[in-house]
Amino acid sequence: METVRPQTEEQLAEAIAEAVGSETPLEVLGRGSKRALGRPVKAARVLDLSAFAGVDLYEPQELVMTAGAGTPLADIEAMLAENRQQLLFEAPDYGPLLGGPPGQGSIGGLFAANLSGPRRLSAGAARDHILGFQAVSGRAEAFKSGGRVVKNVTGFDLSKLMAGSFGTLAVLTRLSFKVMPVPEETRTVLAFGLDDAQAVAAMTEALQSSHEVSGAAHLPAAVAAAAPAGAGAGAMTAVRVEGPEPSVVHRAAALQRLLGRFGDTAVFDTADSLALWRAVRDVAPLLSDARLVWRLSVPPAAGAAVVADIAARLPFTHFFDRGGGLVWLASQAVGDAGATDVRNAVDRVGGTATLVRAPEDVRAQVPVFHPQPGPVFRLAARVKEAFDPRHVLNRGRMYSGL
Amino acid sequence: MRMPDPDSGVLARRSTIAADLRALVPDGVITDEDELRTYECDGLSAYRQLPMIVVLPSTTAQVSRVLKYCHDNGVKIVPRGAGTSLSGGALPLADAVTLGMARFNRILEIDWDNRCAVVQPGVTNLAITNAVQHRGFYYAPDPSSQIACTIGGNVAENSGGVHCLKYGLTTNNVLGVEMVLINGEVVRLGGKHVDPDGYDLLGAVVGSEGLLGVVTEVTVRILKSPETARALLIGFPSNEAAGDAVAAIIAAGIIPAGLEMMDGPAIKAAEDFVHAGYPLDVEALLICELDGPEAEVEHLIGRVQAIVEDNGAVHVRASTTDEERALFWAGRKNAFPAVGRISPDYYCMDGTIPRRRLPEVLARMAQLAAHYQLRVANVFHAGDGNLHPLILFDANRPGELEAAEAFGADILRLCVEVGGVLTGEHGVGVEKRDLMGAMFSEVDLQQQQRFKCAFDPDHLLNPGKVFPTLHRCAELGKLHVSGGKLPFPDLPRF
Repeated sequence: METVRPQTEEQLAEAIAEAVGSETPLEVLGRGSKRALGRPVKAARVLDLSAFAGVDLYEPQELVMTAGAGTPLADIEAMLAENRQQLLFEAPDYGPLLGGPPGQGSIGGLFAANLSGPRRLSAGAARDHILGFQAVSGRAEAFKSGGRVVKNVTGFDLSKLMAGSFGTLAVLTRLSFKVMPVPEETRTVLAFGLDDAQAVAAMTEALQSSHEVSGAAHLPAAVAAAAPAGAGAGAMTAVRVEGPEPSVVHRAAALQRLLGRFGDTAVFDTADSLALWRAVRDVAPLLSDARLVWRLSVPPAAGAAVVADIAARLPFTHFFDRGGGLVWLASQAVGDAGATDVRNAVDRVGGTATLVRAPEDVRAQVPVFHPQPGPVFRLAARVKEAFDPRHVLNRGRMYSGL
Repeated sequence: MRMPDPDSGVLARRSTIAADLRALVPDGVITDEDELRTYECDGLSAYRQLPMIVVLPSTTAQVSRVLKYCHDNGVKIVPRGAGTSLSGGALPLADAVTLGMARFNRILEIDWDNRCAVVQPGVTNLAITNAVQHRGFYYAPDPSSQIACTIGGNVAENSGGVHCLKYGLTTNNVLGVEMVLINGEVVRLGGKHVDPDGYDLLGAVVGSEGLLGVVTEVTVRILKSPETARALLIGFPSNEAAGDAVAAIIAAGIIPAGLEMMDGPAIKAAEDFVHAGYPLDVEALLICELDGPEAEVEHLIGRVQAIVEDNGAVHVRASTTDEERALFWAGRKNAFPAVGRISPDYYCMDGTIPRRRLPEVLARMAQLAAHYQLRVANVFHAGDGNLHPLILFDANRPGELEAAEAFGADILRLCVEVGGVLTGEHGVGVEKRDLMGAMFSEVDLQQQQRFKCAFDPDHLLNPGKVFPTLHRCAELGKLHVSGGKLPFPDLPRF
C-alpha cells in the first residue's frame, strides 16, 4: 500500500485534494498504534501524520500544551512528568490490548479515539481536555476551532466533535489541551471477596461519599490473579483517592471503614496503587489469549446486572471500572462475536458496546461500534457530509456508510 | 445590529401561523402585543425586538410538532430559556416564533446510584442543587444568574461559574439530552452512561446557542458536596503581584475550587455595596476557595498563605466560618450590581486570556479607558483566565453607548491578540457576532456553518446569532472539483 507522508499543512491539503479529485480514499494514521481499533479501512493510500510532531507550546503555569497531532504520546508524557504534570484523564495504552507493543501512540490518535482511564469518573475523558485544534477537512480545507484557554464558548465546540471521530471528519494537525498537576499521593482501599453485585453496591456507596474517589474498579477472582499484587487474594474491589498526604490518609481511612462493611480490606500505598491502576487503565487483567474484547459503557449501577444478563447466554471473563459504568469483557465467541447478546443486554439498560479487540475479518463483519438509532445515524451521516463529502477520510472506520 | 431581513411573506401570514400553532399548543400561543413585550429582550437589554409570536409548549411532542410546522412552512424559531443571556442569544426576530421553554419545569428523576438527575430544560440551575442537597449533593456549574437561569439555557450557552477550574463547565457536567431537530425528529444524545460510540454530537450541542435544535430533557451529573470549604481573602499592591501569586499557586500543583480576582475599582464598588470587609488600600484582591476534607483544606490553606506572602500579599485573611466565607464571596458575586450603583449603565464583557498576560491586558485596558473617556472595573476568574471588564457609561449621554460598545470590541480584540478568545462563558449571540472574524478565518466560519447545516439546512433555528454572514447551505456544501482536481486557492496560514 502506498504511503503519503506530508511535511506541511499545505502538502497535507494537497494530498487530500488529490484524494477527493481521484476519489481515492485515505487511511489516516498518527503513529498507527490503534490501527486495529475500529472497522478495517479499505483505502488505496495511507496518510501518515508522523511529520506533524513536536510540542509548540507548553506553559505549565497556564496548564496548557499545544502539540502536533503526530507527536508521540510518550514524548508528551515525559515532558509533563518533568513538571509533575499529566493528562488528567489518564491516557490508556491500548498497544498490547490491540496486539502491538506498548508506548507507540500519538497524541492525535489519543484524542481522535477519545480514550480515558479510570479517572474518567472524576476528570472526564480526552474530550473534556481538548481546548482547540487545527485540521484539514475532507474538503481539503485547513481550518481551526477552539483555542488554547480553558474557558471558551466562541462558536461551536467542534473540538468535542473531533474527539472520538477516528479521523473520519478531518485530519488533525495540531491540538491544544489541558494539562494538570500529578497528585502528591495516591491510596487505594481494597475490599476482598465480593461478588459483582456486592462490589458495584460497595463502589456506588464509595462514589456517593464526599471522599472524591478518582478510581473504582472490581476484579472478579478469575482476573484478579493477573493484577499487580492481586495473586491469591480472590476477587478484589479497589477504590482510589488522590491528593495531598493529610487528605489521602483521612479519606483512605474513611473509605476503609465504608468498605469494611462489605468485606476484608487493605490499603495500597502510592507505588502499589500506581501499578494497579495502570493495569486497570490498560486492560492488562484481560490480556490473555482472548480472541475478543468488548468495552461496555453503561449506567454504573447497572454494571453487575448487565454482566449477569450476558452471562446467561455467553461465556466470558470480565472486570469493572468506573464504579461499574465500564465493563471489559473477554470472550472466545464465534459467529457474531456475541454482539447480539452483548448489545441486547446493554440496550436494556442504555449504553454502548464496542468490540475493541477482534480479528480483522470479524471487525469487517460485526459492527465494531454500537449501532445507532435511525435519526441519530442520519444526523451523523449529515455531519460526515459537512466535513468529508466524498468520504475520503477513514471511510467506514466507524460505521458502514460513514 | 443588523439582523436577517424579515420575510414579508411570513409576516403577512402571521394570523394564519398563529392559528395553526394554537391548534398544536392550544393554551400556549401569545400574540397580544403587551404580552409579547415580556419577550422583547434578554439580559443584553440594549437590543430589543418584539417577537412575531411566542409559543410556550409543555411537552416534547408539542415541541416536535411546532418545529416540524415551522420547518414545513419556512418559519424561523428563536428558542428561549429564562432570558438571562448576556449576549443576546434569545433576542427575538420580527418574523420568528420565540419558543419559550419555561413550562418544562419539572425534575423528572434523581438517580442517586448513578449520581445524576434527569430534568426538564426550564428547571433553574439552582433548583437542581436544591432538589439534591438534602442528601448532600449539588450540581457543580454555578453561573452568577443561577437563581434564574435555566439548565436548558446553560446547555445552550455552555455556562460556567466560579467553580469551573476544578469542576468544569456545563459541557463537563451534562451526560445526555433529548433534543428535537428542526424537522420534528426527536433524538437522544448520551444518557446515564459516558462516552457513547459515534460522533460526540452532545459535546457540540452544548454551547450551540440554540442553533442546532431544541433541548427538551437534560441529564446532569450531580456531585457530593465537599466536607468543608474555606476561603482566603488576599490583597496585593499591584495586579502584577496578584497575577504572579495565581501562577505560583497553580505551579505548586494546587487547583482551588474557586480563584477570583478583582481590581481596585471593582473592590471599592463591591465593598461600598455589601461591606464584605475588603481591604481598600490594595490594587488587587484575590478570593481563593479550597474545598475537600478538613485535613486537606487546612493543609492547603497553609500552603496558599505561604505562597501568596512570598508573592507580596499585603493582606491575608482566612475564613473561619461558613458565614464569613459567604461574606467574602458576597462582594464578588454582587460585583455587577455593585458597579450598577456607581454608574447609570454598565456593559459586561467576557473575554478569556492566557492568565499570565493579565497585567499587560489590564494596562492596555487602562489606556483604552482613557481613550474612550470611560471608566472600567474588572472582575476576573483568575483560575481559568476569564475576564469580565465592566465598562461604566451613561446611555442618556449621546454617544456613550456607542463608545462603550467600541471600547468593549477593542477589549475583545485585545483578548484574541494575546492568545485568548472572544467569549469565555456568555456566548457569541448577537453581541460578539460581528467580531468572529477577529478570531476565525472565513474558512473556519464556513466549516462551522456546514456543521450547522447538518442540523438545520434552512437556517431556521436562531438565525442572525453567532455567525456574521449567513451562507446558504447548498452553496456551502458545493465541492468544486474539475478535471479530477480541487482548485487550490490560497490556504489560510496560522
